[in-house]
Amino acid sequence: MPFKRTPQTFNSSIKTVKIGTGDHAVELGGATTFPFYTFDSQSNWVPKIGVEVSDLGVGHWPAGIREYYDCAGSVAEIARKASQVKGADFVCLHFEGADPNGHDRSAEECVQIACEVAEAVEVPLVIAGSKNTEKDAHLFEKIARALHGRNALFLSAKEENYKAVGAAVGLAYGHKVGAESSVDINLAKQLNILLNQLGVSTESIVMDPGSAAAGYGFEYLVSTMDRVRSAALSQNDAMLQMPIITPVSFETWNVKESVLPEEDMPQWGPAEERGVHMEVVTAVACLASGSDAVILRHPRSIETVSSLIRALLG
Amino acid sequence: MALKGIDIFKLTPKTNCKDCGFPTCMAFAMKVAAGAVPMDKCPHLSPEVLEQLSDAAAPPMKTIRTGTGDREYVLGGETVLFRHEKTFVNKTLFSVSVCNAAADEENDAAFASAESIDYERIGERMQVEFLYINYVPGKGDDRYLDLVRRALQTDKALILSCGVPEMAERALELAADRKPILNGADSENLEAMNALAQKYGVVLGVKGRDLDELYDNTAKLESLGNKNLIIDVGIKSIADAFANAVQIRRAAIKNQDRTFGYPTIVNVGRLAPGDRLMQSALASLFVLKYGSIIVMSAMDHAQALPLYGLRQNIFTDPQKPMKVEPGIYPLNGADENAVCAVTVDFALTYFVVSGEIERSGVPVNLLIADAGGYSVLTAWAAGKFSASSIAKFIKEHEVESRIKSRTLLLPGKVAVLKGELEEKLPGWKIVVAPGEAMQLVKFLKDYK
Ligand code: B12
Ligand code: SF4
Repeated sequence: MPFKRTPQTFNSSIKTVKIGTGDHAVELGGATTFPFYTFDSQSNWVPKIGVEVSDLGVGHWPAGIREYYDCAGSVAEIARKASQVKGADFVCLHFEGADPNGHDRSAEECVQIACEVAEAVEVPLVIAGSKNTEKDAHLFEKIARALHGRNALFLSAKEENYKAVGAAVGLAYGHKVGAESSVDINLAKQLNILLNQLGVSTESIVMDPGSAAAGYGFEYLVSTMDRVRSAALSQNDAMLQMPIITPVSFETWNVKESVLPEEDMPQWGPAEERGVHMEVVTAVACLASGSDAVILRHPRSIETVSSLIRALLG
Repeated sequence: MALKGIDIFKLTPKTNCKDCGFPTCMAFAMKVAAGAVPMDKCPHLSPEVLEQLSDAAAPPMKTIRTGTGDREYVLGGETVLFRHEKTFVNKTLFSVSVCNAAADEENDAAFASAESIDYERIGERMQVEFLYINYVPGKGDDRYLDLVRRALQTDKALILSCGVPEMAERALELAADRKPILNGADSENLEAMNALAQKYGVVLGVKGRDLDELYDNTAKLESLGNKNLIIDVGIKSIADAFANAVQIRRAAIKNQDRTFGYPTIVNVGRLAPGDRLMQSALASLFVLKYGSIIVMSAMDHAQALPLYGLRQNIFTDPQKPMKVEPGIYPLNGADENAVCAVTVDFALTYFVVSGEIERSGVPVNLLIADAGGYSVLTAWAAGKFSASSIAKFIKEHEVESRIKSRTLLLPGKVAVLKGELEEKLPGWKIVVAPGEAMQLVKFLKDYK
């Protein structure tokens, strides 16, 4: 008795948002089915992987990452090597050091770094801020101007600063705007609407509906993304059809599983190995729930996640 | 699938004899459809009709039990495709595999790795649940039986992977008491394997070259009266295994095709041989998308920690808040002189923070404030964890008369509350502690 297949097809699809320029441009989104459901319908959807590069360099990262970057000295040089990681589609320049409660690096210095990086790499750039909404609004305005023409994606505009970020990044300098909300489908939709009303076109918005490491409230993330994707595809909700990006590494490398020194818990084994598995497990779970792009840190994670993507898409 | 009242009515004698306590057969049928009365309240239904009705009223996916005692496990029984629709019910279980064709060192390492994982996370014991014992013909029958014997010395539940009925029976003779899973029946050995599974009363794993063959084999086994099954999604390729896992679950739950209404087994060890990181990646995928048992070639902490954390998250019931009782929790024998630390009543946060304080060995009075069951930042952003709510907690729980210490450690993530708390709690020293609980061990030791 053969199995009666009932493919689940939809009349709508996730929008595609292009980042970067020329031959090196990359498209995020475009899904027409649930993630990796190629048996329902074939599409051109391929989720993308970004490599995280910090403005603080690699000195504070695990040995295996430092080793990969070897003698790369400046942030620009690190970024150039990052763009060559096997399986990488774009580079994410993360201004950790801009945090006013941390290094409080000035906007001018950040612009300088951003320009050097833009000079050094050809792949698309994603610019991530400090998480401080005020600082980021200011920072993004400056960097967006400096990178005019690069068609970068900025992470992120939030409820508190979407007007400033949307206006500078999206309207004035034609970059793409990340819309970050906190694990709630209604908040995600609301922010997309607000940005759209501001004049940012729906083809210029990429959503970040929240992120967490596996084991740390991750179920809320899965359910939010499941619901977003369902509404986008089956209810043709245009305000939820933006592609989703998840900065996985920003979360996973902070949790105990990834950082506790081996001396403190010998049976757990080397911390770096744990960090890589935590990064991969979280990234795959995000992709399976609807992320169209993930940002990762460790070259090994990137290689594994990208070969899994290829294996699943056939 | 819920049967409609009218369908049930058609199966009644339609005599309106009222023996069921209802005025008409139709009234009775409507009540049965609503789940308000069991159908055997009508004494005039034939056994065939009763069976037909109970089949139709059965959940879309069967609940399968395997193992014994503490190691009895429940698989399947799922009712939705996405956890937000209701909840996922029976968590994915993990297995480590050994094989008579593998080198001794490899099997030794696999056995050791299965035993090495044993820890608690948020009140749940984390272990490798199964040992998967794989038979390859021509690679030593005695060697296989030795592996079975060795597995029996552990307390794990067992999966005998063996497609040769004679060998399977020899293994079952040894292990039947443990109620192992016998994997698997395929198109060639179906009858013999079925006879064995029924004789020894064990769950039978079903294999097939593709979805059609899997479907056909499952249907054949059902027609032989066996509904104690688990479906092996196969190892043809990663894409194929994923496609099978999703389509099997979707057929059962969305399309009400009960032939596929069984739990599944996914051998990620065979899908990515020799690549542990890829096995972790695949395990993550199949925790989310419908693997009931995931077989790995081995399991170390680097793999278990994120995978079990993920599983624990995914299988929590979204309808049940994960909360702990607000109150004063004295840890490490804290008395009235021990410092106070404050946090929220979200179960995850409580377990993480109390675990770290315990690890430090430093006596601490942990104050769990009523924060609506939210994490620190969520509660803070929602206005449920504030200087006022902490001060209120200290009043209401009479902390000042019960504890002499006037030092309060504040979670680093809400350092902004410090000033306001100092105003609200005169006489208290408010100390901003680290942002991550993990850093508490060093912090508390240095602080002392
Ligand atoms: C899951 C989640 C939710 C879930 C709730 C889960 C829950 N029960 O709390 C839901 C979806 C319901 C939710 C809702 C909201 N959320 Co929320 N949520 C998250 C998420 C993804 C994970 C939280 C989590 O579980 N963390 C794990 C626990 C263990 O962390 P924790 O409690 O902080 O504990 C750690 C430390 O603080 C420390 N610690 C704890 N106690 C103590 C004590 C001491 C003494 C010390 C030293 C250390 C310490 O140890 C722990 C481990 O290191 C985070 C983002 C993220 N990745 O963190 C956002 C996040 C916390 N949410 C956020 C927001 C804004 C909200 C909402 C207010 C959104 C809204 N406007 O409606 C709502 C509030 C609820 C409401 N509407 O009333 C924001 C907060 C922003 C901010 N910086 O203030 C975050 C950061 C997301 C974001 N980036 O925007 N959320
Ligand atoms: S007992 Fe059976 S036959 Fe009689 S009225 Fe009730 S349903 Fe009808």
